[in-house]
Amino acid sequence: MTEHYDVLVVGAGPAGLAAARAASGHHRSVAVVDAQAMPGGQVWRHDVAKRSPRAARKAITALDKVRWLSGHTVVAGDTRTLRMESRDGAHDVTFDALVLATGARELHLPFPGWTLPGVTGAGGLQALTKQGWPMAGKRVLVAGTGPLLLAAASSLRSHGAKVVGIVEQAPHHRVAAFAGQLWRWPARAAQAVRLKSHLAGVPCHYGAHVREAFGNDGTLQAVTVENATGMQRIPCDLLAVGYGLVPNTRLAQLLGCRLQENTPHPGVQVDGACRTSVANVFAAGEICGIGGLAMARIEGTIAGHAAAGSRHDILAWNRRHARARLFADILARTFALDPSLHNLATPDTIVCRCEDVPLAALDGLGDLRSAKLASRCGMGACQGRICGSALTELGRIASPGVRPPLFPARMESLAAAHFSSTTCDHRGTS
Amino acid sequence: MTAADTIRLHVDGQPVEVPRGASLAAAVAHATPHFRVSRNGQPRAPLCGMGVCFECRVQVDGEAHVRACMTPARDGMRVSTHD
Amino acid sequence: MSRFDLIIVGAGIIGTACADAAAALGWRTAVVEPGPVGGGATAAAMGHLVAMDDDMAELALARYSIRQWQAFADLPAAEFSRCGTLWVARTAAEAAGIDARVARLRAAGIYAQVLDAGDLQRIEPLLAPGMAGGMLVPDEAVVYPPGVARHLLDQALSHDAQLYAARRVQALIHHGVQLDDGTQLHGRVLLATGGQLPELVPELPMRLRKGHLVISERYPGLLQHQVLEMGYADSAHGQADSSVAFNVQPRPTGQLLLGSSREFDADSGEVSPPMLQRMLQHAFAFMPSLRRLRALRTWTGMRPTSVDGLPYLGAVPGRDEVWVAAGHEGLGITTALGSALLLMDLMRGHTPAIDPAPYSPARVMQ
Repeated sequence: MTEHYDVLVVGAGPAGLAAARAASGHHRSVAVVDAQAMPGGQVWRHDVAKRSPRAARKAITALDKVRWLSGHTVVAGDTRTLRMESRDGAHDVTFDALVLATGARELHLPFPGWTLPGVTGAGGLQALTKQGWPMAGKRVLVAGTGPLLLAAASSLRSHGAKVVGIVEQAPHHRVAAFAGQLWRWPARAAQAVRLKSHLAGVPCHYGAHVREAFGNDGTLQAVTVENATGMQRIPCDLLAVGYGLVPNTRLAQLLGCRLQENTPHPGVQVDGACRTSVANVFAAGEICGIGGLAMARIEGTIAGHAAAGSRHDILAWNRRHARARLFADILARTFALDPSLHNLATPDTIVCRCEDVPLAALDGLGDLRSAKLASRCGMGACQGRICGSALTELGRIASPGVRPPLFPARMESLAAAHFSSTTCDHRGTS
Repeated sequence: MTAADTIRLHVDGQPVEVPRGASLAAAVAHATPHFRVSRNGQPRAPLCGMGVCFECRVQVDGEAHVRACMTPARDGMRVSTHD
Repeated sequence: MSRFDLIIVGAGIIGTACADAAAALGWRTAVVEPGPVGGGATAAAMGHLVAMDDDMAELALARYSIRQWQAFADLPAAEFSRCGTLWVARTAAEAAGIDARVARLRAAGIYAQVLDAGDLQRIEPLLAPGMAGGMLVPDEAVVYPPGVARHLLDQALSHDAQLYAARRVQALIHHGVQLDDGTQLHGRVLLATGGQLPELVPELPMRLRKGHLVISERYPGLLQHQVLEMGYADSAHGQADSSVAFNVQPRPTGQLLLGSSREFDADSGEVSPPMLQRMLQHAFAFMPSLRRLRALRTWTGMRPTSVDGLPYLGAVPGRDEVWVAAGHEGLGITTALGSALLLMDLMRGHTPAIDPAPYSPARVMQ
């Protein structure tokens, strides 16, 4: 049985939830699909121990009006149909309009010791913590770049972890200049003050990065932090390190959406109505370029209205969209990665974790295709997401084309017949 | 927490309890720091926490390659971390 | 110095095998390749070294070549895995032909043994019950073709062969080739361009036969042998516009590599969901538990297919010092080494170890 909806939204984070709410307000049939069991995406991820922010709760109640396909992973599709897999099997959903709100993932850069159990992303550890990971009494060092570090550190502290330091690669003067501009965005300024006060007493290192992680019996024991003046060894149980975010564009690429040019981690190209280069496909949020929460909610709303065929409502959002983009640009400039981070990996450092390929194995192999064939780099379970983004950041290799399955899928999911003879049509229900 | 709010399962034969809504990754972490073994025999644990890195794969009720961070913990699950 | 004894166009498994053989003879050799070494059909291939017994000329070339492949058994780059080939008959009719097939293989010096339904279940538990019987060729192996191609090229380079990488042959010139950057190379030319042969030699018919493959996650110890359905040759040697035939291989990594499909005149090289569906559904009939395995990647390959399915090996009639080794359909990997030796003999005017007539390019001119 194939379901049909006027508007199908992929991703139940802030952008997707906003799109679903906007579209359903026009009496279109709407479905939202997300691989997670609970809505919220990353920034509004369900926390087993804490109540979600009010904005998240409000956005999630909008799901009451739509079909909620939780725990469904989109594995293949075209511009009329998406195939999704859940615990029970696979099925197809057809649609008139599609809103892609697949968000972003963290940029993980390889460095000696990064494969040790205990080393995670910064957003990664925040996600695991919200999932119920045992954090009480654990000494955590938070490192990498961006406001995400403060949010993650604060979250970890709330769950009982001992945050032993925050290591920000951007130099202090840039971060201070950024903070000095925050008064123009009062809500963000207030949030920054809250975070800072919650993290009082936590040592902050600027213009610094993690050089190496050390372990014993296969678990993390300490890291070395390096800055312009020298190195410092910091013992810790967990290292939460992330170097920013990259858009999750694979589904968009599979559908033929054009990506931005001249940028190492391109988002999907969209116009003012969040329309992609593919006629009935819209995109909103981090997938269009890293822009933050406010941007995601604004774009989600625009995309939802546009997908429902309403032009009028979009105009009201243009000014807010422009302001949010301004903030996103300042963020990007403030937290741009120092080139020295490209040289953290040594020849022995594993760059492809799925296939245990060290950096040295890629020597003399110019393009990703040659690298893949010779070394198996990118041929593992993560389908080149982790190593691919890292190697792109290191200036090495362009991303390859995208083929199904978008995530490892059961053979029977790929073998299911396309388009059954009965279509359960949920068109235009009020 | 009432009994209904707790999930009980087994990781490598060891009983584990987590709150309802916790992920399988959180449950495994209560039992062991090592989730799987890499191609060259190195112990591994989750990196990304959001279903991208595949380092959290475990075997659940006989099915291999289940991403623990993307799977809600359920009563009675039998989880194995040996690759 | 752009003068060579032999200019090989294409660095797939055929071109690199020829380059290695030529350089080992002491010939000053050039290899021209626009893309990654072993990056074309070679990269899409399953790497199964298999003797198919239904065409005698194909069998002769395969047998000759497979003997050469034994030297690669200990080469790490080859990832040589002697998993053996298990042929499976679903019906009594298919099973009826097994004895004759075993006899033909044995006559060719390839050891094969008859298996009954009970043997099948015992040695390959993944098989669905109710198979009629089968045949095991225990010494056959699988390799990793891009790794072998790279190794063969490196061997040639170590014997002073010269690689013109990221360069394409734009045209054949008198006793040589012209590259896309204007460079001219002079010498005897050997075309190992597979499906792109018609670009330089349009008089030799070549069709592309699209195939699909799926590779799974790691499931070590699940599958014991490369398994083929007894009717595989019907698909390979048939002329249907599209067909599927069951074929699954245990990779040394523990991953399962699943095929096969054949399609002439496909619209594109993109993975076709209906074709994939057909191939998988067919496979599930032989091994139902494949259903729950995780597929990691899907891809396609274009088999270079000659007028009759046998490769063109020899001098191109009507052209001066232009030779060809192309059109191997689904047996490129298996027959690469034998093809290379055959070409070297023909080019030197020596009598080759096997009768070259069935592969002669001149056959299409009749």
